[in-house]
Amino acid sequence: MIALLGRRFAGLILTLAAVSFLVFAVMDLLPGDPASIMLGTSATPETLAALRHELGLDQPLILRYGQWLAGVFSGDLGQSYTYGVPVAGLILERLAVTLPLALLAILLSVVIAVPLGSFAAARPNGIADIMATLFSQLSIAVPAFWVALLLIIVFSTTLGLLPAGGFPGWNGGLWPALQALVMPATALALPQAGVLTRVTRTAVLETLHEDFTRTALAKGLSGRAVLWRHAVPNALVPILTTLGLQFTFLVAGAVLVENVFNLPGLGRLAYQALSQRDIIAMQDVVLFLAALVVIMNFLVEMSYLAIDPRLRRNV
Amino acid sequence: MITSLLPAPFTRLAHGIFLSAALSVAMMACAVMPAKAGKAALNLAMSVEPTGLDPTIAAPVAIGQVTWQNIFEGLVSIDEVGKVRPQLAKSWEISPDGLTYRFKLQTGVKFHDGEAFDSATAKFALERARGKDSVNPQKRFFASIASIDTPDPETLVLRLSQPTGSLLYWLGWPASVMVGPKSAASDKTHPVGTGPFKFVNWAKGDKVELAKNEAYWNSQVSVKLDKVTFRFIADPQAQAAALKAGDVDAIPEFAAPELMSSFEGDRRLVTKIGNTELKVVAGMNNSRKPFDDKRVRQALMMAIDRQTVIDGAWSGLGTAIGSHYTPNDPGYQDMTGVLPYDPEKAKALLAQAGYPNGFTFTIKSPQMAYAPRSAQVMQAMFAEIGVTMDIEPTEFPAKWVQDVMKDRAYEMTIVAHAEPMDIDIYSRDPYYFNYKNPVFNDLMKKVQETTDPALQSKINVEAQKILAEDVPALYLFAMPKLGVWDKNLKGLWENEPIPSNVLTNVAWKE
Repeated sequence: MIALLGRRFAGLILTLAAVSFLVFAVMDLLPGDPASIMLGTSATPETLAALRHELGLDQPLILRYGQWLAGVFSGDLGQSYTYGVPVAGLILERLAVTLPLALLAILLSVVIAVPLGSFAAARPNGIADIMATLFSQLSIAVPAFWVALLLIIVFSTTLGLLPAGGFPGWNGGLWPALQALVMPATALALPQAGVLTRVTRTAVLETLHEDFTRTALAKGLSGRAVLWRHAVPNALVPILTTLGLQFTFLVAGAVLVENVFNLPGLGRLAYQALSQRDIIAMQDVVLFLAALVVIMNFLVEMSYLAIDPRLRRNV
Repeated sequence: MITSLLPAPFTRLAHGIFLSAALSVAMMACAVMPAKAGKAALNLAMSVEPTGLDPTIAAPVAIGQVTWQNIFEGLVSIDEVGKVRPQLAKSWEISPDGLTYRFKLQTGVKFHDGEAFDSATAKFALERARGKDSVNPQKRFFASIASIDTPDPETLVLRLSQPTGSLLYWLGWPASVMVGPKSAASDKTHPVGTGPFKFVNWAKGDKVELAKNEAYWNSQVSVKLDKVTFRFIADPQAQAAALKAGDVDAIPEFAAPELMSSFEGDRRLVTKIGNTELKVVAGMNNSRKPFDDKRVRQALMMAIDRQTVIDGAWSGLGTAIGSHYTPNDPGYQDMTGVLPYDPEKAKALLAQAGYPNGFTFTIKSPQMAYAPRSAQVMQAMFAEIGVTMDIEPTEFPAKWVQDVMKDRAYEMTIVAHAEPMDIDIYSRDPYYFNYKNPVFNDLMKKVQETTDPALQSKINVEAQKILAEDVPALYLFAMPKLGVWDKNLKGLWENEPIPSNVLTNVAWKE
């Protein structure tokens, strides 16, 4: 167990180091210079040189990378070129939006998909199955931003029930914050729920064909008890894997939905940092996301051990 | 109260829940009753979030649109019709040779942090802007200042090395605002100026909040707003939704002309279509074949029906231009008749220039909506005279600035020039057009040699004529200022002689 943890941890550090250097190098190779973007079209070469010096851009890549890395190890993620404030604070502010949004979306997608997929698997080709297939195809096919616009038109501009966008912040109270997040979370959750419904259906269907289900049925358990006590828990591994993947995808990939709902999330920060060539901010955001992916995978793997005693014995 | 029957921790919890519920109800009530009498708060939305809040160290237009005239003020300001007005300098005298500017400054002016403004402060701000380490995006404005004297706290004297007729106008720009010696270093994140509004908070990615400066020096104006929130909403659909849902009160520059008609049925809102300084031009690399031949450039200009471009790119909103000048600018002349739409004549010109069968080239088109749309319309019109134009999407600002501005590795591009009165860019060397015309350069020099506005306008008319004839860039249209706001809101600028959101005179109808 300890050895496994150690191996995972070493792998984590190596992955992050490789990712961070790659991002730094790629951002440097991209055309466009942060200083000339900041100074616009009227800047003289001397002004440009002065700003490049002030930002440290006149130093070689490897030196800048080294300085950044040293900073990270001492807990300083560096200053954003364009905002002029520490990136760590920026990321934390954005996480306060993106993390609850992603969690809410995951929750919604589980609440929709697991029952729907399970019912579908219980009676293949039954009414529930047809409905589930229809739902998952539709929700995967329809783009999230389109759902977002539709929700805004119905619930904000027509009914006036929910704010059309923006985020009031958590210190404005739980209720206004949740109100601001419910529509974006729904827009994000629908396609995820579609995928998850399919995964759940397949996984539960598979466990229903296993010997232990037949034994359970033979013991005289009702169909419902077999489904919820035996089939669904045993189908949790693929469901959890999908959830883990989706979570990282949600955190990293909410740019479009954050734009439509004007939410100050991590996705918007990444987009802005890229277009302004704010190398330090970009680097930190990517490193953070990479860490999230690696840690999430680790957690998902650990949770297999928690839910499946058979796997624990093999470690 | 029933909660008194419960043990203490529960009481506290219940109180907490009750309190937060009451608070939410109160807040929701505030949100649904915006038009009550005595309203003094404004929610204004912009498309682009500023990067930093100090207009003297970075160029993005959005910085000035939040801070200029609201937080920061200049020695002079530029008013709604583009005229230079006194501000922190109450008067000035210019020596007959145009080399000495003597300003009389306002007295009793204080920055928001209490620091006093006087001639020493003004000298500090100008020295910072023109100094060796300056990163002022318009450092060239101050290039002719040779020395700055402060004979007394109320008097500021600028001595120039050569006459600079635009100096006063330039001193009214966001890049020339007065900053305090104590606060200058932190203005980027916490701006401190002398203006009618104080900076309160910047929630990055979301909003900037300002509050009324109760100690504002200028007793001539009465500022009506107590609280201003600039919200940043990039997506035009989201902008429209926020307006219709009442989340924001005003969008002075709405980003999508095609959605303007969607506000027409809304009785709560008004739409105002004004002028801006944004000139959409398709610049050509004048040193590259075939664009080094004036006849080719003229042929391309004559192949374009500007109104069709405006219809296709900007829903018919916008004003056709024939030179690098907008109807806002002093001495504007309509030059669209110099090379009017005439495909037959265009073909003949191409044949004369040695391209009877046309040619093929590439336009680098940034991603802003107007650019690819204009390019597609132009592509169809060029095809009619046998010219094939390939459209290459080019990321703005990063890649565009690198390829076009810095490397000048392009044939044609298209971009909206936002700087007011920047006809002189065609005399800059280096500049991305690679246009070289000594006669034009001479006119630009002459403009600077006089401080007489009438004479300056006359020279600028000549300059417009040259550009309309020579077409170093294809002049397409001046962008409209698409304003949408609550009909009870008064005092927002309808035109935009300089990119800004001046809120000094904005008020809700009583």
